[in-house]
Amino acid sequence: METFLQQIINGLVQGSIYALVALGYTMVYGIMGLINFAHGEVVMIGTLVAITVIGGLMAAGVPAVVAGGTGVLAAVVVCMAIGWWLERVAYRPLRHAPRLTPLITAIGMSIVLQNVAMIVWGRNYRTFPSLIRSESFEVAGASFTTVQVMIVSVSTLMMAGLLLLIYRTKLGMAMRATAQNPQVASLMGVNIDRVIAAAFVVGSALGAVAGVMVGSYYEIAHYQMGSMLGLKAFTAAVLGGIGNIAGAVAGGVLLGIIEALGAGYIGDLTHGFLGSHYQDIFAFIVLIGVLMFRPSGLFGEKTGDRA
Amino acid sequence: MRALPVQLSAVSIAVAFALAACGQKEEPKPAQAPAASTATAPKPEVVVKLGHVAPMTGPQAHLGKDNENGAILAVEDLNAKGLEIGGAKVKFELLNEDDQADPKQGTIVAQKLADAKVNGVIGHLNSGTTIPASKIYFDAGIPQISGSATNPKYTQQSFNTAFRVMANDEQQGKVLGQFAAKQGAKTVAIIDDRTAYGQGLADEFRKAAEANGLKVVDTEYTNDKATDFKAILTKIKSMKPDLVFYGGMDAQGGPLVKQMKELGIKAKFLGGDGVCTPEFMKLGGDAAEGQFCSLPGKPLEKLAKGPQFREKFTKRFNADIQLYAPYVYDAVMVMADSMQRANSVEPAKFLPQVGKARYDGVTATIEFDPKGDLKDGAISLYQYKGGKLDYVETLGGAPEATAAPAPGPASAPAAAAPVQAPGKQ
Repeated sequence: METFLQQIINGLVQGSIYALVALGYTMVYGIMGLINFAHGEVVMIGTLVAITVIGGLMAAGVPAVVAGGTGVLAAVVVCMAIGWWLERVAYRPLRHAPRLTPLITAIGMSIVLQNVAMIVWGRNYRTFPSLIRSESFEVAGASFTTVQVMIVSVSTLMMAGLLLLIYRTKLGMAMRATAQNPQVASLMGVNIDRVIAAAFVVGSALGAVAGVMVGSYYEIAHYQMGSMLGLKAFTAAVLGGIGNIAGAVAGGVLLGIIEALGAGYIGDLTHGFLGSHYQDIFAFIVLIGVLMFRPSGLFGEKTGDRA
Repeated sequence: MRALPVQLSAVSIAVAFALAACGQKEEPKPAQAPAASTATAPKPEVVVKLGHVAPMTGPQAHLGKDNENGAILAVEDLNAKGLEIGGAKVKFELLNEDDQADPKQGTIVAQKLADAKVNGVIGHLNSGTTIPASKIYFDAGIPQISGSATNPKYTQQSFNTAFRVMANDEQQGKVLGQFAAKQGAKTVAIIDDRTAYGQGLADEFRKAAEANGLKVVDTEYTNDKATDFKAILTKIKSMKPDLVFYGGMDAQGGPLVKQMKELGIKAKFLGGDGVCTPEFMKLGGDAAEGQFCSLPGKPLEKLAKGPQFREKFTKRFNADIQLYAPYVYDAVMVMADSMQRANSVEPAKFLPQVGKARYDGVTATIEFDPKGDLKDGAISLYQYKGGKLDYVETLGGAPEATAAPAPGPASAPAAAAPVQAPGKQ
């Protein structure tokens, strides 16, 4: 029972990270129907920027809270700039191109960002400075740490904030209008270019926060960390119904728990025939399953093809 | 029918030798060939191309760079000496390739090096890439010395071109198993990263642990790109082992040991050479403190040429030795030494001499057994203490290699192994 509970906690935390990253995918997809495969790399850059800034400030004797805050801020600003730049350079010129073109560009941009990060930060693993002293708590035999609690609460807050933005602000209204029909929205006076750029910027800011969370949880970062994380988060977004904000969070958490339980119990269930090295395939089994049986995801509503 | 291809290939080998010999002694212009111009007035310079392969990108890039630095240092030292082989001045050149620690990429770059007609290959770093690549080098007749591939399979394929200057995992696993028992562990859990290295080491450890009366209560797996180990560690926690053994590299081992601590696992951690690095301690932080790992060979400080090598290395690259650099350095040196003894840089000519090597290197006196494994490889155990690797003890291996008798004809050649001549189809 303790083990089961612990696996649920493991999955919940891992899932919250997926959820945070998945929000960025869903945000962009919901508005322009584009899967921004470079999002995982934006997260990675967020982590590395935060490491550099926080590490530098802490070395200069700045208190941890200030350094941490500045680090998060710097990561958010840099990622927003990258998001804006990505949209401007790689996606806007292709807005009327066939659907496959921006997808390939997205993969291309992810390779570009990865290599830029390798040049800037080198190939070695970077250690994330420990900001908060991570204390372990035990509840019913399962242990969890302050960082884990923080991750889950930040994800929840971010999701709530995003919902507020989409449903309670003017920008959100413009985003929803653009999502429904860009042409009509532009006839109504919505500046489509600006709305789409905003979606990228907001999505990238979320990615930056996710990056800082990932960094402070595992305390390591690496220029290649974005690709697998991005794929898993994409799966989470699809699972929850891509384009749906609550769905991204639910999908992320669910995927995290599926993975943790899968890795923990697959050996016992198959009597050692399959081992825990199959941990990563659960995400993709889920992806294939969703695409086959419920392509619109758990929360997604069926939508007709957009004109 | 059967005789014909053999004759043909014999002829082609002979031709190859003849051509090779020409190319070696003379200016590369074929027009000048006929005259008996055996190294007269201005000494021609022969370029010896040595391939070096390690992952230069990806999670193990820091180890790849370390290997490359070892090779660079060796080549620079060799060129500074101004060696003469076969009457010509020799200039060594390093062709560095990146195999990304990926077996597929490993064979691609191996083919590239074979096509570039390198004289010898140093590497690869990982067993997983070294083993598939060794077939390509064998087919091309190129001697290969790895400074770090420890999976036993590498030298068990009867390839007379495959050598390593480091004790293999059979020896290492055995020592680690003994050590686990000596630490008072009764039950162990094993994690391996499913690479040729990790799996090989974990399997050898399991055998040795069971032979020493330990009980393996759980076996879990991960991969060499993972960062989250909580799920498998939770499972291990429920089995309550005394010791967790990890077969894999530092980039995963560091976070793994950290997550062990976070989950409140009290078991000791033990790993092989892949985690015996400064990087592991950096990534593992406090959690690494007091844990154990093993390295083939003896500590640099305890070797005659060790401290000097470390000084030279840090001065040249402004970086500390990560792991295998001294072994790679020795691998290059053994290759060059064999060329000198054969008085030829042609792979086919100096290959038999590699097997007969008896080279007083930085890491050990290097001699090979008929399979191409390092003779009498010792294994040392270390404890992570205060951010440093603390030497504990050396197990296995010959007491001291210095007083060994000169190599007789019986003791040597890997070339005598029952294999076909390279170049044959």
